[in-house]
Amino acid sequence: MSNNQGKSNRKLIGILIAGAVGMFGFGFALVPLYDVLCEQLGINGKTQNSASTYKPFTIDESRTITIEFMAQIQSDMPWEFKPEVKRMRVHPGELVRTHFKAKNLSLKDTIGQAIPSVSPGQGAAYFNKTECFCFNQQRLMAKESAELPLIFFVDPDLPDSITTLTLSYTLYNITDRGYVGSVE
Amino acid sequence: MNTLTREAEPNMEIGQVEAASDHQDEHQQHPSGIKRWLFTTNHKDIGTLYLWFSFIMFLTGGAMAMVIRAELFQPGLQLIEPNFFNQMTTIHGLIMVFGAVMPAFTGLANWLIPMMIGAPDMALPRMNNWSFWILPFAFTILLSSLFMEGGGPNFGWTFYAPLSTTYSPDSTALFVFSIHIMGISSIMGAINVIVTIVNMRAPGMTWMKLPLFVWTWLITAFLLIAVMPVLAGVVTMVLTDKYFGTSFFDAAGGGDPVMFQHIFWFFGHPEVYIMILPSFGIISAIVPTFSRKRLFGYASMVYATSSIAILSFLVWAHHMFTTGMPVFAELFFMYCTMLIAVPTGVKVFNWIATMWRGSLTFETPMLFAIAFIILFTIGGFSGIMLAITPADFQYHDTYFVVAHFHYVLVTGAIFSIMAAAYYWLPKWTGNMYDERLGKIHFWCSVISVNVLFFPMHFLGLAGMPRRIPDYAVQFADVNQIVSIGGFAFGLSQFIFLALVIKCIRGGEKAAAKPWEGAEGLEWTLPSPAPYHSFTTPPEIK
Ligand code: HEM
Ligand SMILES: [Cu+2]
Repeated sequence: MSNNQGKSNRKLIGILIAGAVGMFGFGFALVPLYDVLCEQLGINGKTQNSASTYKPFTIDESRTITIEFMAQIQSDMPWEFKPEVKRMRVHPGELVRTHFKAKNLSLKDTIGQAIPSVSPGQGAAYFNKTECFCFNQQRLMAKESAELPLIFFVDPDLPDSITTLTLSYTLYNITDRGYVGSVE
Repeated sequence: MNTLTREAEPNMEIGQVEAASDHQDEHQQHPSGIKRWLFTTNHKDIGTLYLWFSFIMFLTGGAMAMVIRAELFQPGLQLIEPNFFNQMTTIHGLIMVFGAVMPAFTGLANWLIPMMIGAPDMALPRMNNWSFWILPFAFTILLSSLFMEGGGPNFGWTFYAPLSTTYSPDSTALFVFSIHIMGISSIMGAINVIVTIVNMRAPGMTWMKLPLFVWTWLITAFLLIAVMPVLAGVVTMVLTDKYFGTSFFDAAGGGDPVMFQHIFWFFGHPEVYIMILPSFGIISAIVPTFSRKRLFGYASMVYATSSIAILSFLVWAHHMFTTGMPVFAELFFMYCTMLIAVPTGVKVFNWIATMWRGSLTFETPMLFAIAFIILFTIGGFSGIMLAITPADFQYHDTYFVVAHFHYVLVTGAIFSIMAAAYYWLPKWTGNMYDERLGKIHFWCSVISVNVLFFPMHFLGLAGMPRRIPDYAVQFADVNQIVSIGGFAFGLSQFIFLALVIKCIRGGEKAAAKPWEGAEGLEWTLPSPAPYHSFTTPPEIK
């Protein structure tokens, strides 16, 4: 093999290996990219993970949005978990307060993390929480029960086509994970 | 005709004399016995290793398919536990994709690319040795996980989270490492192919003179470099989610299981084209030979292949129509998927146009090639049905999908590999294979494969889900037919094994160019091809 060829081989190999390493990185870059895309495009029903601030909006009394609440627990979670009210009607821009009820049915202290999801996904970006139990882990002692608060408002920019928003929480048992801090 | 008779006289060939002296070289420089194979850096030896490895994997994965079809012969659970059934479907898929089809193509690339472009060997012979020899380790690790407590991988070849994370067996780490090794092997193979094609073409072998097999492999190699690292990334995430407490795919920790599917299929759809583009190259070599015409639309073949490769990055979510994507995404992926059918149609059209008014003969390679064209197209059609988003809501995760991908992979990829083996066996071994046995193998395979896979379309349309060990009684009759087809197809492959062994052992001596209509540099070398292909670059007309 001539020297020249050896050189151009090495250059090409370098480029190709760099390409492969780059694509390995790209695979991981897809993770934040996915979150950003979901958030920007308002798809996938993800809501924000931290409190939004409430600007006193003019409340749009001409529209009424039905808000539905759902609560689910993962199979290994020994809690009872349900919304205080299953359905309510609110005006866009109005600050609303409700809560979920949780009870630890087991004889062990347990830590739970609730993960929210809004349907239809396009509405998720307009569903804003100023306070939510899902921002933090929840700990319940054996047999303890608690009221988990939720304060939210619907952004008046919500597209007209959406008249109902369903907020669903899934509660996960994270006792064994030893997490500290919030989801983020 | 003149050249034909000259080449048919082996003693008169100058190449043959060179080959003989090469042969002596070989004994001086290369160890013999097992060491020859362990330390070989020769593209032909490595090609042979890949091909045999692939065939062994084909039989191993095939044995698992037989277990699956035996269990599904009747409704109810009779032979194996559901968990073991799931391990069989998972490892069957992994072995066929990563152990049978991909190494077979790499083997063909090793054997053929240097001969086709007029090079002495592959550009990076030592890396070539490595990329083969790590493969047996990968599959030993994968297969040995079956014997661990808790069993081997049981989450399907697509290893969706959380099946592969929260609910997977303890052996999952072995699965992950074996995939890593397979990925490294493929990437090294791809780098080698690209460097060889870019830097080692004989003078005068311009881009638009490259045989299509070389073109399609070049594009495949780029696909491999683009997506195998993504696969490595996604298995790594599975590994850390399962063992190190990360939450890439775990909603409880802020991750998202649907994201797994996006990343996996970002790899997965280009992967299915990795498994079919080299086939296109093979068919484009065989059809002109036995039609005794030039390939119709060479340039359009090159462009079609490239556009398929580019489009393959834009269609991954057609595997995810039922995950609840927004409507605009469903439509985007639906239209992009259908768009792929256009360049694919161009190819099928070109093959048919090549045969049109040709003087056709039907030797075994041609039979497999024609079967490929017809049956692959059937697979393409079922693909288009699946691409229709609303229809896919019915077909998804049923036997219809199983029928689709077996038409494109078995009667597509595998048939093309068989066609290639028949076509180039005389060049590899120096002997003609037994044509009668070849025809028997072809007819047994083509009939049984349709008995095996065609009724699966109906099972799927009637609602039989895929990946289940038991089913409702109304599916019993059709499943019985399918299983019988399966056993027949499995057994037919032993005819092929017998034929190859017979051909290696001896038989009618093959001329340098055993197919009168063949074109390409590999046919200017004597048969069997000398140990080193073109020590001096050939002249290209
Ligand atoms: C016109 C071309 C094609 C179209 C439109 C097409 C379309 C599709 C669609 C929509 C699916 C998803 C079905 C579902 O899960 O509901 C699918 C699955 C699949 N296709 Fe294709 N396809 C085409 C060609 C191919 C080729 C050439 C191959 C491989 C050589 C292939 C291999 C597969 C495999 C392996 C699956 C199933 C993956 C799994 O879920 O395990 N397809 N195809
Ligand atoms: Cu696909």
